[in-house]
Amino acid sequence: MEFSIFSVISAVLYLLLGPFIGGLLAGIDRKITARMQGRFGPPILQPFYDVGKLLEKEAVTVNKGQDFYVMACLIFMIITGTLFFFGENLLLVIFMLTTSALFLVIGAFSSASPYSQIGAERELLQMMSYEPMVLLMAVGLYMVNGTFRVSEIVSHGPLSLKLLIGIFIGYLFILTIKFRKSPFDLSLSHHAHQELVAGLKTEFSGRTLAALEVAHWYENVFLLGFLFLFFANGTWYMAVIGVVVCLIAYFLEIFIDNVYARMKWQFTLKSSWLVTLVFGGVNVLMLYFLKAFSLIGN
Amino acid sequence: MSYITKSPWVIHYDGSSCNGCDIEVLACLTPMYDVERFGIINTGNPKHADVFLVTGSINEQNISVVKQIYEQMPEPKVVVAIGICATSGGVFRECYNIKGGVDTVIPVDVYVPGCAARPEAIIDGVVKGLGVLAEKKAAMKEKAIAVLDTEAEAPAPEPPIEIQVYGSTEPREHGGAHDASTPGKGEA
Repeated sequence: MEFSIFSVISAVLYLLLGPFIGGLLAGIDRKITARMQGRFGPPILQPFYDVGKLLEKEAVTVNKGQDFYVMACLIFMIITGTLFFFGENLLLVIFMLTTSALFLVIGAFSSASPYSQIGAERELLQMMSYEPMVLLMAVGLYMVNGTFRVSEIVSHGPLSLKLLIGIFIGYLFILTIKFRKSPFDLSLSHHAHQELVAGLKTEFSGRTLAALEVAHWYENVFLLGFLFLFFANGTWYMAVIGVVVCLIAYFLEIFIDNVYARMKWQFTLKSSWLVTLVFGGVNVLMLYFLKAFSLIGN
Repeated sequence: MSYITKSPWVIHYDGSSCNGCDIEVLACLTPMYDVERFGIINTGNPKHADVFLVTGSINEQNISVVKQIYEQMPEPKVVVAIGICATSGGVFRECYNIKGGVDTVIPVDVYVPGCAARPEAIIDGVVKGLGVLAEKKAAMKEKAIAVLDTEAEAPAPEPPIEIQVYGSTEPREHGGAHDASTPGKGEA
């Protein structure tokens, strides 16, 4: 257990700059989406205006618990990212991420609105879809680096991507679910799919909705940080390549969002488990064999 | 500065419109007019909406629906009546099932007459509505301060704005009987 000044700085930077980077990414997302659809699009700072507006609105809540659950979702999301950028244990980070998502589901279940309820059920299905892959990622990173600690993986681990290419592809796949992009934006989306009104967030308004939005910003930055982990080996040029690949992956998600319609939950569950099994599972199996024949270290 | 004018989310309800105005409302969202330039998003959820767009006159069966949508919208909020039917009842005004314009049920802030109202006029109406939104936000703030002192009276409602139809030279007049009996919010 060592505290380096670098991990403290990166955690503080995440706390302070996380929402700004996340909001800017969301704004760029909306602009690129608009351009892909032949529109001019809103200003880049539009997500900040939206949150500012939501904070100005009258507070309307369905029950007393709801606000608490959504705030807990935001706080656990911040804890998740802060632990990650502090260089803590990867398993702890993943469990915190799940806790945050669960609080959101409980918040949606807490109201009797059928739209909110179905949205919450779909969110649970989405969690079922992506969780196995996230856990396999932790397993894979441990097998390659010999540690769960993010700080050690980043500073002096080998280049994880070489041995984890399958898990990397699997993570890109579930990133679509986590970013709430089509074809997997079942529980809620930023676009005009309205068969569930607004799904999960139907009953959230004003300040509560703003908290949820900020939680998304924090989450997106954290998820891209997770992607960066595959490229980190302590050298500056791989760090640059990692950041560039993160941005390319984000652009890819926007592109996928715009070319796909929304799929049914059955497809989401089946396809993501299939990808997890084929890419993630085979990758982990291969690592076992490589280890058994002492072809790699650790 | 108020963010409310930079991010107005709209909800659209079809009273008993012939779909002419509805199509024009949706046309505003297309690449041709692209109201997202102004941060305007069509939400479909009254709890997220700031601007209530109503097309068509109000009939006896959807009075409660319109009232409910209006009441579910958090303050500050603005109602824009789109098309001559929503403004005064239009040609359906004398029908046995028609109550009249939107202002017979909920307070209306901006009227956008026309049959059908053009997308430019609708955008203009919503942008006029933003001014009303900013005023209402300021009034909310004042009221919050005044409540701290005494039980202050709510500020008098602003007179509704009327949008001139594109192409016409004179402001259109719409009915007299319904205008006189605009119900306040307290009725609901």
